[in-house]
Amino acid sequence: MQGKAWYKYLLSLPPMAYLLIFFATPTLIMLLASFRYAGEYGGLAPWYLHESGRLTLDLTLENWQRLLETDIYLRLFLKSIGYAVATTLICMVMGYPLALMIARSGRKNRDFLLLLVILPFWSNFLVRIYAWMIIFSPVGALTRMLNGVLGLIGMGPVTLMYSPTAMLVCLVYVHLPFMVLPLYANLEKHDLDMLDAAQDLGAGKWRRFWLITWPLSLPGITAGSILVFIPVLGMFAIPDLLGGTNGIMIGNVIKQQFMESRDWPFGSVLSMVLTVTAVAVVLLGSWLGRRR
Amino acid sequence: MRKKNLLLWISATLVYLFLYLPLVLVVVFSFNDSKLNAEWVGFTWKWYGKLLHNREMLTAAMNSLIIATVSAGVATILGTLAGMAMSQCRLRLLQFLVLSPIAMPDILMGVSLLLLFIMVNMTLGLLSIMLAHITFCIGFVALSVQARMSSMDPALVEAARDLGASPWRCFRDITLPLLIPGILAGALMAFTLSIDDFVITFFTAGVGSSTLPLQIYSMVKIAVTPEVNAVSTLLMLLTLVVITTASRLSPAIFRGE
Repeated sequence: MQGKAWYKYLLSLPPMAYLLIFFATPTLIMLLASFRYAGEYGGLAPWYLHESGRLTLDLTLENWQRLLETDIYLRLFLKSIGYAVATTLICMVMGYPLALMIARSGRKNRDFLLLLVILPFWSNFLVRIYAWMIIFSPVGALTRMLNGVLGLIGMGPVTLMYSPTAMLVCLVYVHLPFMVLPLYANLEKHDLDMLDAAQDLGAGKWRRFWLITWPLSLPGITAGSILVFIPVLGMFAIPDLLGGTNGIMIGNVIKQQFMESRDWPFGSVLSMVLTVTAVAVVLLGSWLGRRR
Repeated sequence: MRKKNLLLWISATLVYLFLYLPLVLVVVFSFNDSKLNAEWVGFTWKWYGKLLHNREMLTAAMNSLIIATVSAGVATILGTLAGMAMSQCRLRLLQFLVLSPIAMPDILMGVSLLLLFIMVNMTLGLLSIMLAHITFCIGFVALSVQARMSSMDPALVEAARDLGASPWRCFRDITLPLLIPGILAGALMAFTLSIDDFVITFFTAGVGSSTLPLQIYSMVKIAVTPEVNAVSTLLMLLTLVVITTASRLSPAIFRGE
C-alpha cells in the first residue's frame, strides 16, 4: 500500500532520536575519551585546546599504552572471564533441570511455576546480594554451624564472607533466571512425540535425553549463556559487597577509575575493552545460532 | 505415557529452595527483635517504625517513586512507538538501538552517560537519572509491545480499512485497544526496572538525589542492620504486586524473550 511506509518511519523517529542521543552518542564519547588526557582535577581535560585562536582536538595513545604496560589488567580481565564462565556453567547445571521440569509439567501449572522463577529475578538486585550477606555473615547460623563441625574434626574456623565462594554463589543466584527463561522457551517447543517414538524403539531415559532433548536445546543454552555471561563480566556490586580485597573484577576497576581515582580516560579504555568483549560474545552466540 | 521423573522433580525443588530461602530470610529477620541478623529473638515492628522516622530513607523513596513514574511514562510512549515500528517493518538501525542497551553490561551505560552529562555541563540529579532510566527502559517496553503486535490478526485492520475507516481511526479503534495489555505490561516492567536500578543510577546520581537502591547500598556498605531488611521487604512487596499484575496482563512477554 502506498503512503503506509512513511508513517512507519515517522513512528520510529522519536525513539530512534532518543537512543541515538542517549545510547549511541555516549558510547562514541567514551571511545574518544579513551584517547584523551585526564583533566587537572580528574575527569577529562577540556575537549578542545585553544592554541593561537584555533580549536584543535588533541588525542593521545597514552591510556591504551598503559593498558599494555603491565599484565595486571590482562590478568584482571582473565579473572573476570573466569568468574563469568564459572557462573554460566553452574547456572546451566542448576537451571536445566528446573527449566525441563517446568516445560514438562501440565499447562495449568506452567505459568505459575514460571512466575515463581521470575519473581526473585525482579526483586531488587541489592536486596538479593544483601540476603547472601546475611547468610555468609560471620555471626550467621551457617558460618557458626560450619565452624562447629570443622572444630569437631580439629580444623580451624573459616570465614565465608569476602571469599570467592561467596561471590560465586551470589553471582549464580542473581543470574540463574537469565538461564532458566530462554531454556524454558526452547524446551517448551520440543515435540514430545519424538521422545515417545524413541521410547517405543527401546531407547532408555538417558539415551532419549542425550540424543533428542539435549541437542534440540542447544540454542536455548546459547541464549541463556549469553544472558548470564555478559552481565557477570561487567559486575561490580557483588565483588564490592561480598568479594573482599581479592575478589576484584574488571567492573570494580572501572568504577574506581570513574569515581575514586577520577582517571576518566583510562576508565574509558577499560570500558571500551569490556564493550568489545561483550559485542564479541554476542556475535559468537548469534554465529553459533545461525550455524545450526 | 511418560512417568514423572522423580530425580528431575527433586533437583528442581532444590533450585526453587535456593531461589527463595535467602529472600525468606530477609523478610523473617525484618520482624526480629535483635540488631544482629543471626538468630530469632522475638517479633517486633520496630524496624519498620524506624524507617518511618528515617528522613534520608523517606526522601530516597520519594525520589525513587518520582523517577520511576516519569521514566516509565516517557519510556512507555517511546517504547510503544518503537515496538509498533519494529513489528511492521525491518528497520535495522532501530532494532540495533533498541536491543543493544539490553545486551550491554549496565556499568557501560552508566559510565558513558556520566561522560555525556558532564560534557554538556549538566548537573547530576533527578533529571540525569530519569534520562538514563528512560534509555534502558525503552527496549523492554518495545519488546513487550512488539510481542503483542505480532500476535494480532492483521485482517482486523484490513477489514476496517476496506469498510472505509481512516488510518487514524483504525489505530484508535482497533490497534490501540488491542495493544493496551502489552503497553501496560511494558509500563509496569519499566516502572520496576527503574525503581530497582542500582548500577546506572550509581553513576548518574548527584548530591542529594539518592534513590532507594543507592540508600540501601550505602547502609549495607557500613553495616548489616534490620532496617535494611525492613525496607527490602517493602520493596519486594511492591515488586511482587507490580510484576504479578504485569504477568497477568501479558504472559507472553515473560517467556520467549
